[in-house]
Amino acid sequence: MYAQMVKSEATTEAPELLAGFQARIDAGEKIEPKDWMPEGYRKTLIRQIGQHAHSEIVGQLPEGNWITRAPTLERKAILLAKVQDEAGHGLYLYCAAETLGVSRDELTEALLSGRMKYSSIFNYPTLNWADIGAVGWLVDGAAIMNQVPLQRTSFGPYSRAMIRICKEESFHQRQGYDIMMKMAQGTPEQKAMAQDALNRFWYPSLMMFGPSDKDSVHSAQSMAWKIKINTNDELRQKFVDQTVPQAEYLGLTIPDPELRWNEEKGGHDFSEPDWSEFFEVIKGNGPCNAERMEARQKAWDEGAWFREGLMAHARKRAAAKVAAE
Amino acid sequence: MSNEWPLWEIFIRGQHGLNHRHVGSLHAPDAEMAVKHARDVYTRRNEGVSIWVVPSASITASSPSDKGPLFEPSNSKVYRHPTFFDIPEDVGKM
Amino acid sequence: MVVALDLDHALFEGLCRMGDSTLVLGHRVSEWCGHAPVLEEDIALANIALDLIGQTQLWLGLAAQVEGKGKGKGRDADALAFRRDAWEFRNLLLVERPNGDFGHTLMRQFLFDAWHQPMLKALEGSSEARVAEIAAKAGREVAYHLERSADLVIRLGDGTEESHKRMQSALDRLWPYTGEMMTSDETDRALAGAGVMAAPDSIRPAWEAVAAEVLGEATLKIPEGSHMHKGGKQGTHSEHLGHMLATMQWLQRAYPDARW
Repeated sequence: MYAQMVKSEATTEAPELLAGFQARIDAGEKIEPKDWMPEGYRKTLIRQIGQHAHSEIVGQLPEGNWITRAPTLERKAILLAKVQDEAGHGLYLYCAAETLGVSRDELTEALLSGRMKYSSIFNYPTLNWADIGAVGWLVDGAAIMNQVPLQRTSFGPYSRAMIRICKEESFHQRQGYDIMMKMAQGTPEQKAMAQDALNRFWYPSLMMFGPSDKDSVHSAQSMAWKIKINTNDELRQKFVDQTVPQAEYLGLTIPDPELRWNEEKGGHDFSEPDWSEFFEVIKGNGPCNAERMEARQKAWDEGAWFREGLMAHARKRAAAKVAAE
Repeated sequence: MSNEWPLWEIFIRGQHGLNHRHVGSLHAPDAEMAVKHARDVYTRRNEGVSIWVVPSASITASSPSDKGPLFEPSNSKVYRHPTFFDIPEDVGKM
Repeated sequence: MVVALDLDHALFEGLCRMGDSTLVLGHRVSEWCGHAPVLEEDIALANIALDLIGQTQLWLGLAAQVEGKGKGKGRDADALAFRRDAWEFRNLLLVERPNGDFGHTLMRQFLFDAWHQPMLKALEGSSEARVAEIAAKAGREVAYHLERSADLVIRLGDGTEESHKRMQSALDRLWPYTGEMMTSDETDRALAGAGVMAAPDSIRPAWEAVAAEVLGEATLKIPEGSHMHKGGKQGTHSEHLGHMLATMQWLQRAYPDARW
């Protein structure tokens, strides 16, 4: 998902403290920043929320790639509003992470140095206008699968951020599908763009849920702590089952010859994505990793004088105010 | 001295005269800019009419018992709302 | 009848001058999305771009109505935005200036806002109800744009040595594009005479007062040279506009039969 392959941290506190903490979570209580928490819980959350926040910020780039080329004034406004929402979501999530004792600048530096990751999906390029539809429909669709249950996550600030995000996010997937409908029902070229977008985004969307984690110890710990709510496979299956009829409605073909309904399991059978490709993308070898990081680095470096200038002025004003009193 | 902008807690009173409500946080160099940022970040859907900002460092917290915030959407930018887009029933929930 | 047709033509031009300026500036500001120096600023800039694009829809929408009335031409706001070539654009030269560094972008915004706000105020008194209505709505948004850009110009002008230097160099570079905003031509005078739109030269005192106050507080020096570039309002642009339109209009031009 936006937070893929988050390793949970080992925790070494006394068993009775851990048991008490687990009991609070099992009782459905929210853990708040000033509450006692195992170090492993805190560190895992920083990693997960930070990765989620980074994904929102880097996720502005592939869609931002089309803001200046949106084909109508209304499409331009809608896309801009959507990419702006992503900046907002990144902001809420960074703030949630900050309650755990890490600053936003520290998280940003960890992203830029490669110590922290972001979702693999944003390392794929947006090559035609239908990609903007596909990103909304498939990528946001997959993200929502994960984010809706995370509203119930055990950490209060994370849960509250997710509630706000889900509320704002609900228009994103619909605007994507709306573009896909226009394209799929449009001229032959538009339909070809729509199919091309689906062909390129299908497997990367399935990768968003991460590799199968049925037997993962890390996942088990995170699920017990309610910072992960469903397994990767559950969510992936749900996503496929939801998306297949939507693709059919559009008259588009999902690029998987093995895709078929399985009556017995009450869901679709489908092909796994190429996991070796996934691991390469995570390692930094996706089609756009370098560009994405260059863009973030440039914004950070070239913005330094601006951030410092405003801070300097604020200090001057504060000093003048003190002097006047 | 760190050049990271300090963190502020944002409280907004909606259009229905309810109390100011904590909606989240943000970074700003001083209080005035925090108010401007709050307007841009937390009232994109016209959720509020009055904004308070408080340096996060000035908050003294007892045992936490916050519930999640609620937000009143507005109609000024209709495309931000999912109902702006007509989705055929055949395609299922979205 | 000849007079009425001419006034409609002037009104079409006048509306394109407003709508093209908001379109081009909105486009420029939107180029920052995802690339601003800090998240809060990224979000704030997107709000400004969204306001400007919304205003464009209103101004160009009305321009299309006015145009259609005389000749039965069926254009709409999108056709005006995406299917006219550079020489048909009527925006101010100032707004097509490239973004440059963030200081450049903010200075351009301030110089424009300081004109835009009193211009809209004056247009609220238009004898043409549809113009007055758009001006009133846009005016509420632009009052905030000006408050924000003026505040940032002051803070950065009087911030660090580097921020001061960058703001001064932005001012020096952009200043020669400000004169066009306050120069009236025949079209402007015809519209002002009919009470439909305010003459740009009538905005000068308000603009100069705000510019002097804000730039003074920002410790910035107003450049001495008096030469001013002109031509945007009449359709003679810088080289930059063509490149912007090549990007902005590409899909509509490449697939003229498609609906989006």
